[in-house]
Amino acid sequence: MVSAPPAPKFVVENLSVQYPDGTESLRNVSLQIPPNAVTVLFGPAGGGKSTLLRTFNRLNDLVEGTRYLGKVLLDGENILSPKVDLVALRRRVGMVFAQPVPLPMTVRENMTYGLELAGESRRSKLVRSMEEGLRAAALWDEVKDRLDEPAGALSGGQQQRLCLARVLAMQPEVILMDEPTSGLDPISTAKVEDSLQTIKKKYTVVIVPHSVQQAGRLADWAGFFLQGELVEWGEGKNLFIAPKVKRTEDYVTGRFG
Amino acid sequence: MTKRRKLLEFVIQGLIRLCGYSAIVFVALIFLFLLQEGLPALSEVPLSSLLGARWYPIQNLFGLLPLLLGSIVVTLGAAVIAIPFGVATAVFIAEVAPRWMREILKPFVEILAGLPSVVLGFLGILVLVPLIRTGFNLPTGLTALTGSILLAAMSLPTIVSVAEDSLDAVPKSYRDGALALGATKWQTIWRVTLPAAKSGVLTAIMLGLGRAIGETMAVMMVTGNAAQMRWDALFYPIRTMTATIAAEMGEVARGTTYYHVLFLIGMILFLISFLVNILASSMLFRAKKRAERMLS
Amino acid sequence: MRISRIVTQRIAFTLLTLVMAATMLGILAIIAYIFLKGLPALSPEFIFSMPTHGMREGGIWPAIVGTVYLTLGTAVIAVPIGLLAAVYLSEYASDSPFTRAIRIAIVNLAGIPSVVYGLFGLALFVLFLGLGSSIAAACLTLSIMTLPVIISTAEEALRSVPQAFRLVSVSMGGTRWQTVWRIVLPQALPGILTGVILGLERAAGETAPILFTGAAYFLPQLPKSIFDGTMALPYHLFVISTQVPGMPVKIQYGTALVLLIFVLAMNLVATLIRSYYRSRRQW
Repeated sequence: MVSAPPAPKFVVENLSVQYPDGTESLRNVSLQIPPNAVTVLFGPAGGGKSTLLRTFNRLNDLVEGTRYLGKVLLDGENILSPKVDLVALRRRVGMVFAQPVPLPMTVRENMTYGLELAGESRRSKLVRSMEEGLRAAALWDEVKDRLDEPAGALSGGQQQRLCLARVLAMQPEVILMDEPTSGLDPISTAKVEDSLQTIKKKYTVVIVPHSVQQAGRLADWAGFFLQGELVEWGEGKNLFIAPKVKRTEDYVTGRFG
Repeated sequence: MTKRRKLLEFVIQGLIRLCGYSAIVFVALIFLFLLQEGLPALSEVPLSSLLGARWYPIQNLFGLLPLLLGSIVVTLGAAVIAIPFGVATAVFIAEVAPRWMREILKPFVEILAGLPSVVLGFLGILVLVPLIRTGFNLPTGLTALTGSILLAAMSLPTIVSVAEDSLDAVPKSYRDGALALGATKWQTIWRVTLPAAKSGVLTAIMLGLGRAIGETMAVMMVTGNAAQMRWDALFYPIRTMTATIAAEMGEVARGTTYYHVLFLIGMILFLISFLVNILASSMLFRAKKRAERMLS
Repeated sequence: MRISRIVTQRIAFTLLTLVMAATMLGILAIIAYIFLKGLPALSPEFIFSMPTHGMREGGIWPAIVGTVYLTLGTAVIAVPIGLLAAVYLSEYASDSPFTRAIRIAIVNLAGIPSVVYGLFGLALFVLFLGLGSSIAAACLTLSIMTLPVIISTAEEALRSVPQAFRLVSVSMGGTRWQTVWRIVLPQALPGILTGVILGLERAAGETAPILFTGAAYFLPQLPKSIFDGTMALPYHLFVISTQVPGMPVKIQYGTALVLLIFVLAMNLVATLIRSYYRSRRQW
């Protein structure tokens, strides 16, 4: 039996993003994000990788006057169309930020926040998804007795895993991560990276790593971005070992950036 | 998103927008009503009478000059007292006082801002008026000067807090630069910090005096309310525009010329405060722009 | 040269300290004096009974009740409008010329003399809308006067809530209002409360705006509805210190003290809320 390759989760076609001050953050980018895999977007700062990440959940829209050209399809539906329900989109596409930002409430409230926003009020459901989320982010054992403490009382590493856990509790389809370990110590970083290996079985993960090394460790698929352009795209195992483009090779081997 | 949630969001957003616009609506309403009730005065009373020196409404003499003079004299008097006290206090709080002292002094000044003007007016009558009478050997202690002192106290909190904010906003690097060049702390304040905060301090003074010219109760209680014009008005009873409205509106029938003239005075007061505030906020705005340019 | 610079500094700082001390002592003296002179007048009877003998004897109960009514009424009208207006400016409005016009309008509202508010209240609420000289008309007038204070302090409190919280909430599928309601408002609440109380404190002590919109010289009974006029502490103090001949000084000071306590208590509460929550804040 021959199984067809799974349909891509995101299809990006000729995407350009312009900010209101006229700067173009992405130029004519096309790529496909496969489901149930970790896709890494990397490159030097200002390359447009964060912009692309924030296009997937339309968070760029918070900057007034941002313009999109081209198409981004999520399961075949163009999420750049003006008719898209942004709230519904963001419930399908969760995000973890560079700095851990626990909301100023208890651990439990942080965990149920997303589902409550969506109108879920059944206690059993909330409790179950909280535990699932915390377990998936490898945090359950550490906080199961501290659920009603303020989330700000957790350590930095725990806070960031809480941020991941509360996104998982919303049961989205895609998880975007913008340098999620940039502020963490090596042990916490390892915990987050480990949990990704289980998470990707259920979710599509797109991550902007905070170093080339991390990119290499995590990437099932990878895209190298330079000054708003996608320079190279390919499977992680190839791209980091045998890049086809000179600029990618220079960056990966540490010759610039 | 469910339909109900969408509807809720829509309704609330509309409500918020409405409330957001309310300030404009209210300013417009105030202006319109003052206009509607005050403008007829201009056709009912000849301009020569309005610009006259005599305010005897019973004889249909509606000269506004003595009231204008009264307001100006009291406010200028207040300025002379409040500016040095206010700016000095602001400089002390912002530049000299240690942190813990600041935390005590600022709420203290806030208390003064919260004192009802009738309380000050009341103390003025019982304490200040006799003092002024005997101190300056005057026939009565109900003088413009008495009003000025109270007004100075009332405009002080505004001057202190706005001036203190603008001093605080001067970038630390300015001070460090001056100190590094060997300037003393005082030279730094006098030659660097104060000039840098100049427009903020001026704004503070304008806002404080803007409040003073509009103050009503305390002034009405201690200035004697005699509409007269004389060059040494500071030591004699005077009558301000605000006190005139407050004292006489209650006894005037609606729709009469007298009533319209009182609204006309209200309109003048509105326009003065409008002017002062536009000027003050544009000055603050420009100062902010300049600071941004210098820092970028 | 060097010595003279230091001497100049010493003189300047001494002067500054003296002026500052004079200002603070002045404030302290005013408060202490009223407490000293007014305290002997305070008694349960003075507070809880009606004035008698042309207000020269008896208590000030109706004036106290009236001021409480006016303050509460003002809060009921001004707080929701002011709060939502602040939410609009901080969370919804973009930086457009129209928004700038709103800000200018707020600054202007704050600067309009209180007696002009009285005129406006008379023209619009008392006469045009036919509310008569009543608690309702007075509260409406005081509300508009208090609005700019509430709006600007509440907006400042809302803006001080870190942007990251909003970003997280929106990224988790929160609508703008959900984000405001669940995250921003609760976090800004102490600051908002402080501003609201300071605004109401001003309203409670004002006389000129209620002079022709609701204040009564003397009423033999407490107001029964919001369409009745009412006595009020500041107006009462004005009346008994200027309009009633042969008024005992003791009652005057007692009234001034009650008004002062009313206002200072609000001020104190505001200050306490601010410092308590500032020390407990998680961000």
